[in-house]
Amino acid sequence: MSREYEFSFPVVGENFDDAGKASVEIKRLLKELGITGDILRRTAIATYESEVNIISYAWYGTINIRVTDDNILVNILDSGPGITDIEQAMVQGYSTANDRIREMGFGAGMGLFNIKNCSDGFEILSEPNKGTLIKILIKR
Amino acid sequence: MTIREIGDLLDATILAGENHLDVEVKTAFSADLMSDVLAFAKPGSIMITGLTNPQIVRIASIVDNSAILIVRGKIPPAETIALAEELEIPLLSTKYILFETSGRLYASGIVGCVRKIEGPGNVVPL
Repeated sequence: MSREYEFSFPVVGENFDDAGKASVEIKRLLKELGITGDILRRTAIATYESEVNIISYAWYGTINIRVTDDNILVNILDSGPGITDIEQAMVQGYSTANDRIREMGFGAGMGLFNIKNCSDGFEILSEPNKGTLIKILIKR
Repeated sequence: MTIREIGDLLDATILAGENHLDVEVKTAFSADLMSDVLAFAKPGSIMITGLTNPQIVRIASIVDNSAILIVRGKIPPAETIALAEELEIPLLSTKYILFETSGRLYASGIVGCVRKIEGPGNVVPL
């Protein structure tokens, strides 16, 4: 029998204290659905990086997860300033992070690169002063 | 080495996760940059860091670290300790600095999660 699960987590910009809370919960839920090992870990890392990105750069956003028999699909949609130069933002080490982000141990310019690295499929769309959509696919 | 043995070697204080100290550890990742932990740490490795905020526990839970070892004698806030207890991740604090801590563990047979980073996406494994 084919089953699909879908859940969604809101993330609020600048809520640094709660950074990672949604992703820890996402990982727990995925584990309950029987997802384990490398696939669970890659998904959790990708959502964590995305969550920190929303908190660091956007006004608010949502992490949507859809689990099918074959795939885990993660859509991260935020309202925010968007990314003007996506190609540059993807470069490892490039960052526009402020001190608050760096104090937390983030802002090393690894985020988007790492998200892509964890994914089997990756797509990013952004519109300045509107927001960013990242679509990730991880094969089960 | 087990986490308990690592704690003994470094005169560390056990702050959380008392019941999970007999886990065998082979690898470690030392960093104050959590982005790098997310990118390079391996499951089962021990995280060695100078940060003390609750995010380190959430990161450890995401990458499946077997323990967190805080260096330079820092004692994390109660919130961090409580979260480590809740997520069942051993949390230790040693007075040794990051360099000394890493060196002593390396000399005892613990190795890094990867050997070096040659370039974007080009990680040299052990």
